[in-house]
Amino acid sequence: MKNKKLSILLNGLINENPVFVLVLGTCPTLATTTSVVSALAMGIAALAVLVCSNAVISMLRKVIPDKVRIPSYIVIIAGFVTIVQMLMQAYLPSLYDMLGVYLALIVVNCIILGRAEMFASKNGVFDSVLDGIGMGIGFTLALLSMATVREVFGNGSWAGFAIPFLKNYTIPILSESPGGFFVFGIMIALVSKLGKKPVKQEISCKGCPSAALCYPEASVNKESEVAE
Amino acid sequence: MLKQLVVIMMASVLVNNYVLSRFLGICPFLGVSKKLNQAAGMGIAVIFVMLVATAATWPIYTYVLYPDYTYLETIVFILVIAALVQFVEIVLKRFIPSLHRSLGVYLPLITTNCAVLGVALNNISDGYGFAASMVSSLGCGLGFLLAMVLFAGVRGRMEGADVPKPFNGIPITLIAASIVSMSFYGFAGVVDNLFA
Repeated sequence: MKNKKLSILLNGLINENPVFVLVLGTCPTLATTTSVVSALAMGIAALAVLVCSNAVISMLRKVIPDKVRIPSYIVIIAGFVTIVQMLMQAYLPSLYDMLGVYLALIVVNCIILGRAEMFASKNGVFDSVLDGIGMGIGFTLALLSMATVREVFGNGSWAGFAIPFLKNYTIPILSESPGGFFVFGIMIALVSKLGKKPVKQEISCKGCPSAALCYPEASVNKESEVAE
Repeated sequence: MLKQLVVIMMASVLVNNYVLSRFLGICPFLGVSKKLNQAAGMGIAVIFVMLVATAATWPIYTYVLYPDYTYLETIVFILVIAALVQFVEIVLKRFIPSLHRSLGVYLPLITTNCAVLGVALNNISDGYGFAASMVSSLGCGLGFLLAMVLFAGVRGRMEGADVPKPFNGIPITLIAASIVSMSFYGFAGVVDNLFA
């Protein structure tokens, strides 16, 4: 029993890492990993929203009618995102400005809606919270590792602290947008090599957790027509 | 006034390209860019939804939410956009079936696209008026279309390439995207010197 709980928690960290294995939430991953501080802030904000929304959604899973579940999830998630936004604006205004629009865009982050649809709507509150923590930490660690590569090699510093001997050998483009795509590609390849798991071939509607949102009747034909 | 609109347009198509430099709408960019006609269809649908979303969210923010309820913008915007896309789809299906057949498949896919919500939120945070907001949405949509079409071409070339096994699939696609993004990097100074 205890093992099962542990595996729920660890699932999101390694086996099903939302960023490097499931390849979800690509937008914030690319946008906020220019520096370690903003990556950490993004990760923790998403973690908080994920845990809270997972908890509330699993509590309400028997109350919410099946037909309106996706809009209800979005309202719950958007509510928590707004709370996080207000807290950050009040207590960490510099981070709030750094994350900018990406903080509000946690609402449409597929990791959060995906866990609501795939896990929280089918499991108990405690398990859902564990799943949220695991996935959230997996997301945060993935962001941190990418940000570390980009900041150390792109800017010669880590979390703002300069690394003396690297200062003259930086590759500035790594902290710019092309570097984001590049480092992300390398990281996915690396994780698939080390994890000996086949890399995901395609980002398509089939793997996308919000597919149910686009096609409430889950019409598979339409989906495969768009992204085969 | 016109000058400002041209600057906004150029900036959002080339300099701050939503996909390649602001990282919004990456999922459709990577997912639907395999074939040129699908990429173009998706791009046009995004332009359409961005315009409709901005036309709805800007007045709502300015006349309803501002100044007392601005903290509700995230919740209200996502709900308005989702409802609107559903509504537009129903209307198209009923009255313009030919357009629905070509764009309809893409419309619902865009509901939770971060580029659409992003453009609505950015227009507000940049303090644009209604005309400027619409131009900026059009520019962002055109930029998205441009990136999609360019990338579809690049991916067509990649089809037969022999890539190392761990890079096969998404990694090599991302690295190709990085090179396309680098080409847009060259536009960085365009807007500053547009009217200099």
